[in-house]
Amino acid sequence: MIRFATATSIAATLVTSVAYADEIWVTNEKDDTISVISTETLEVIKTYDTGERPRGIIFSKDYSRVYICASDSNAVQVMDPETGKILNELPSGDDPEQFVLHPNDRHLYIANEDDAITTVVDTESRKVIAQIDVGVEPEGMAVSPDGKIAITTSETTNMAHWIDTETQELFANTLVDSRPRHAEFVKDGAEMWVSSEIGGTITVFDSASQSEQAKIEFEVQGVHPDRVQPVGFEFTAGDTHAFVALGPSNHVAVVNAETYEVEDYILVGRRVWHMAFNADRSLLFTTNGVSGDVTVIDVASRKALKSIKVGRFPWGAAFRPTNS
Amino acid sequence: MDTLLRMTFLSFLRLIALTGLMSGSATVLWAETRLVVGYLQVEQPLPPTLSNLDPVPVDNGLAGASTGLKDNQTTGKFLGQSYELLIAQVMIGDDALEAAREMLAVTPYLVVDASADDLRAIADLPEAAEALVFNTSVGDLSLRDDECRANMLHTITSDMMRTDALAQLLVKKRWDDLVMITGSHPADKSYAEAMRRSLNKFGLALQGEKEWLFDADMRRNAAQEVPLFTQDFGDYDALILADEVHDFGRYVLYNTWQARPVVGSEGLRALGWSAVIEQWGAAQLQSRFEEQSGRKMNAQDYAAWAAVRTLGEAVTRTNADDVNTLRSYILSDEFELAGFKGRPLTYRPWNGQLRQPVALAHPRALVAQAPLEGFLHQTNELDSLGLDRPESNCEVFE
Repeated sequence: MIRFATATSIAATLVTSVAYADEIWVTNEKDDTISVISTETLEVIKTYDTGERPRGIIFSKDYSRVYICASDSNAVQVMDPETGKILNELPSGDDPEQFVLHPNDRHLYIANEDDAITTVVDTESRKVIAQIDVGVEPEGMAVSPDGKIAITTSETTNMAHWIDTETQELFANTLVDSRPRHAEFVKDGAEMWVSSEIGGTITVFDSASQSEQAKIEFEVQGVHPDRVQPVGFEFTAGDTHAFVALGPSNHVAVVNAETYEVEDYILVGRRVWHMAFNADRSLLFTTNGVSGDVTVIDVASRKALKSIKVGRFPWGAAFRPTNS
Repeated sequence: MDTLLRMTFLSFLRLIALTGLMSGSATVLWAETRLVVGYLQVEQPLPPTLSNLDPVPVDNGLAGASTGLKDNQTTGKFLGQSYELLIAQVMIGDDALEAAREMLAVTPYLVVDASADDLRAIADLPEAAEALVFNTSVGDLSLRDDECRANMLHTITSDMMRTDALAQLLVKKRWDDLVMITGSHPADKSYAEAMRRSLNKFGLALQGEKEWLFDADMRRNAAQEVPLFTQDFGDYDALILADEVHDFGRYVLYNTWQARPVVGSEGLRALGWSAVIEQWGAAQLQSRFEEQSGRKMNAQDYAAWAAVRTLGEAVTRTNADDVNTLRSYILSDEFELAGFKGRPLTYRPWNGQLRQPVALAHPRALVAQAPLEGFLHQTNELDSLGLDRPESNCEVFE
């Protein structure tokens, strides 16, 4: 009897932990797969097939669909996250790399890296509603919290292009340092941050005036400045700190978002790209392209906890709650 | 002169329309700057080779300049800056200096594909005194050394940058027992000389050397000749080929007496650019180039692309179009070019050479990229490749 009861309670615990563990979804650029990591066990629990060269990944607001940039399939795939089944494909223009979902939960703004175009797609009608000429090799994408401004950064033109989402036209173009990679609006949209991979900096813009407000520089001990290359970044709760992936320097920087000073560098896997937090932002998951793994960082202690082996060249990362 | 023609792109027409569309709303719209870049190709007689498998493309280099122009135009349209490419091709027997003079009357910015002698003569023209000439074709060391010119920058790698890159790999692999076969063309000899210098620099030496003197047609009897020819080298770690005109080298691979790797002009090569580079965002440049020109990008295309992009980057950042401003910006610490090689490219202020990583590649994949890890330098690891400041006798820059 006693043994029976124990077995039941263990089973119940297991079921609970599986059902309530949130997930981090990671696109593996050179495996054409997604690795799903449990935020509880910190292990890969599922692997799903995707189109060719998956990179950008975003969930819909209610997490009922996941959008995947399948760059070499020239499509954005829509997947059912419960089953891993591809529901349909959205027209995306050529070579979609990164994208962002407008707060209206409908419009995807997609950077078409090979075409110098930003494509706006309506996810409901599955139609392209606008194509905007931008600089060479568009990559970083952001949209302001109020939905009024979308940003595309172009890697070879070295600009942030400011798009009025009402007219779908550019209203400003601001120069940044070489090879801008990633953009984010922060502090309720008051600031817009752009990382420059080759320039080795992050430029902070005042969103209202589109003027440069600060420039953040990085210095990793023992690493030549040329190899310190900021790419993806994410903010802690309340936008107090930014965690910045520094590419082939194999470090993540912790930046104080008030003073713009770098407070810490955390050693992670090789060529760190992008990242995603868990629900309470206590854990950060970084994709490390060259080492083919994901580093889990404890945000409070700013220490790497674990490396999780995923597919080849992990690129994008996105959080999916499962206990809602 | 009818060899002088103006190149107009369809996208240029589109550009005008777009600029007009945007002008009311853009917050960063500077005064109109227009930069004309001259591309001067001086045809050179090609030595005969045993095989005609790989003809030099007619738009060699020029295709790279065109891709660079398009990149500049796309950027320029957001800043009220426009770019044009003026092209002149000088046939063998025609006057290269006359063509250069005509071009210099239109623009001080020349991107040149010519021999070392022609390059020097163009840079020495009185009309070129206030010009900026980009060498995109010649690896000759003297142009970065005693024979450098203050108005000449080099986007093509020097021979020594390439042989240094290879020497680093040989050290890393511990392939230190080395032999070399050299062709008889001056380019082969100059490459062999650079190779000897590089081996010496990295503490290596040749254990054996032979000159290729065959005049038989190797397509038929390489299998019989090459084993015998390489037999008396004895054992070694790697065979270096100095065959820069690509005459006999391709017939040496897999025909040597010893089963050893072949490096240098064939086999594993050190190159400023290669179609197999796909990292560091290079896949985008490769596909853009291929779409525009219908072929793969080579090292000379890359050098021309880098020259045109250098000017574009300088105009973008300074919003100027005069030679003095652009030249001093390009040679300053401020300048950096994102060249799809994983680190920013800059110019050496002592001889005008573009600092850049060098690919070590075979025709199917990138093997490594120099500078290799562990080859340190007091200021910039990239300066472990080619003539470093204390080594260069160039004095007109600083």
